[in-house]
Amino acid sequence: MTIFLTEEDVMIKETARNFALKEIQPIINELHEEEKFSKEIHQKMGELGFVGVPYPEKYGGSGGTWLQFALVHEEISRIDSGVANAIMGNCSVCTLLNTFGTDEQKEKWLPNLLTGKKLGAIALTEPNAGSDASNLRTSAKLENGQWVLNGAKTFITNAGTEITDVIIVAAVTGIDNKGRKNISTFVVPKNTEGLIVSPPLKKIGWHTSDTRELTFDNCRISEDYLLGELHKGYRQALQTITAGRFLIGSMAVGLAQGALDYSMSYIDERETFGKKLRDHQDVQFKIAQMITKIHSARLMVYYAAALRDQNKDFSQEASMAKMRASQVAVEVAREAVQLHGGYGVMREYDVSRHYQASKIFEIVEGTSEIQNIIISRGLMKEYY
Amino acid sequence: MNIFVIMKRTFDTEEKLIIHNGKIEDDSATFIINPYDEYAIEEAIRIRDAHGGEVTVLSVGEEEIEKELRTALAIGADKAVLINSEDVEELDQYTTAILIATYLQGQQYDLILGGNVAIDGGSGQVGPRVAEILGIPQATTITKLEIDQGQATIIRDVEGDEEIVEVALPLLVTAQQGLNDPRYPSLPGIMKAKKKPLEIVDLDDLNIDEEDAEAKTQTIEIYLPPQKQAGKILKGELTDQTKELVTLLKSEAKVI
Repeated sequence: MTIFLTEEDVMIKETARNFALKEIQPIINELHEEEKFSKEIHQKMGELGFVGVPYPEKYGGSGGTWLQFALVHEEISRIDSGVANAIMGNCSVCTLLNTFGTDEQKEKWLPNLLTGKKLGAIALTEPNAGSDASNLRTSAKLENGQWVLNGAKTFITNAGTEITDVIIVAAVTGIDNKGRKNISTFVVPKNTEGLIVSPPLKKIGWHTSDTRELTFDNCRISEDYLLGELHKGYRQALQTITAGRFLIGSMAVGLAQGALDYSMSYIDERETFGKKLRDHQDVQFKIAQMITKIHSARLMVYYAAALRDQNKDFSQEASMAKMRASQVAVEVAREAVQLHGGYGVMREYDVSRHYQASKIFEIVEGTSEIQNIIISRGLMKEYY
Repeated sequence: MNIFVIMKRTFDTEEKLIIHNGKIEDDSATFIINPYDEYAIEEAIRIRDAHGGEVTVLSVGEEEIEKELRTALAIGADKAVLINSEDVEELDQYTTAILIATYLQGQQYDLILGGNVAIDGGSGQVGPRVAEILGIPQATTITKLEIDQGQATIIRDVEGDEEIVEVALPLLVTAQQGLNDPRYPSLPGIMKAKKKPLEIVDLDDLNIDEEDAEAKTQTIEIYLPPQKQAGKILKGELTDQTKELVTLLKSEAKVI
């Protein structure tokens, strides 16, 4: 396999970069301060095919590769990873629908989700259950040809925007003979009665990404809104999250690169002790370290994405890429703020937005601790 | 309708110019489609979508222009033609115009669009020269173009004022800022660009001798504009300052 980008990949990367610079950068500070998801930006990205890169053209996707999808996430995140997170959250829904949905379900929901007209949300996490699915409490029971959902979800991306169309919900549908919970996934249209959407949650970063709590109070949906096989929902969801993990990595790489971009401008302007910051060797060493970290994380992300494109097992590489890239995002954003000094902690400086968002990467889509569990398990399987 | 767009590859607007041994260094520079040509491409695509036909984007240069031609295809042009000029030693606007016009003489064309100027050389000559050689009407710096039954109604930007022109096709126009809002290439567009035809034509194909295309102009010297000097702050009584200012404007700045 080649580790170099094709001419097409480069053109996609450049288009995403130009778009982010011209359409997102000029308004991002305002959106960030208002803590507002931008429907306009998302829909523009949809028109350009950014939202559905690796999905079939038949359903409105762009028919591209996962590596290209990672490049889009990276370039958008270079300006604001919250904006990219709408694509990321939506794509989990698209992957689930595309992999496990019936033709009818795909035709019904995918075209709007893949072209950015509407948004999808995936609701797995609960107030007391994250990666440990055995704690899930939301339940679904079949009554008179309808599924009845009860329970609560939290930290749900894209859950309450004006273009949110469907929410995919994981719920307990029974107990197997070993006493373990059977979990299934369901498609819940946004306006279903009994689905209660909270006001937006306030986060330390990702202000442009919509995050909410959901409550299901005898929420009834059609029997054929079960997604995939009954009782197989947990495995389906895990598979989807694995598929998306390196995309979080690409966003973390983009964030780190963006923090470096802003720093490079700043150190060329600011003077201390009679010379530009960039003429201090301490500063030079810092930026050398920053770019080296970014480069290593980027290669890991591209590698995992390329494995995915070649239908090879990539779960181990995706976990390592996600963990490393999020660590790099935190370290590079912190150094970038340090280079900016007092201005770095002023919210009007772009670098502060990246610093605020960086910590999130070590937590979403499986914390670094969960990645360690996955990676060590895989490693031990190889040796023992 | 057969529409041609003449396009130039230029330095990125963010690029810093470095002059070395009397030449502009372009080794590490990033290149883009000349921004005025982007308006021309966008307008061509809109006209094609409204009236049918085909958009061919045309450029003169060497192989590296293929990248910008592919970008034009990704934006929505149907075909691309690269007139390879590597046999010509010195190029100027005359060369470019001769090569483009000679190629177009062998083609069916209804409308030819270009940018008003290229942001590098900035001469704005190639479009008008091509129209002259082809013997067709031209309208430069246009901000609006409507076509109806072989007749074009055009609004031209004339030093901030507007001039309305009606003219029959075939026609050459050059685009001024404000003509439209150029689109980005879409991802499906980028994927399709690879499969669209990109033809490479050389001087032999055009039956042109190198001497006939040689530049008519000579570059004597290339230099950067002088560095901006720090301003001068006058001191003293206000009347003295005013007197000094007038003297300086006369003797030093020589503006009054």
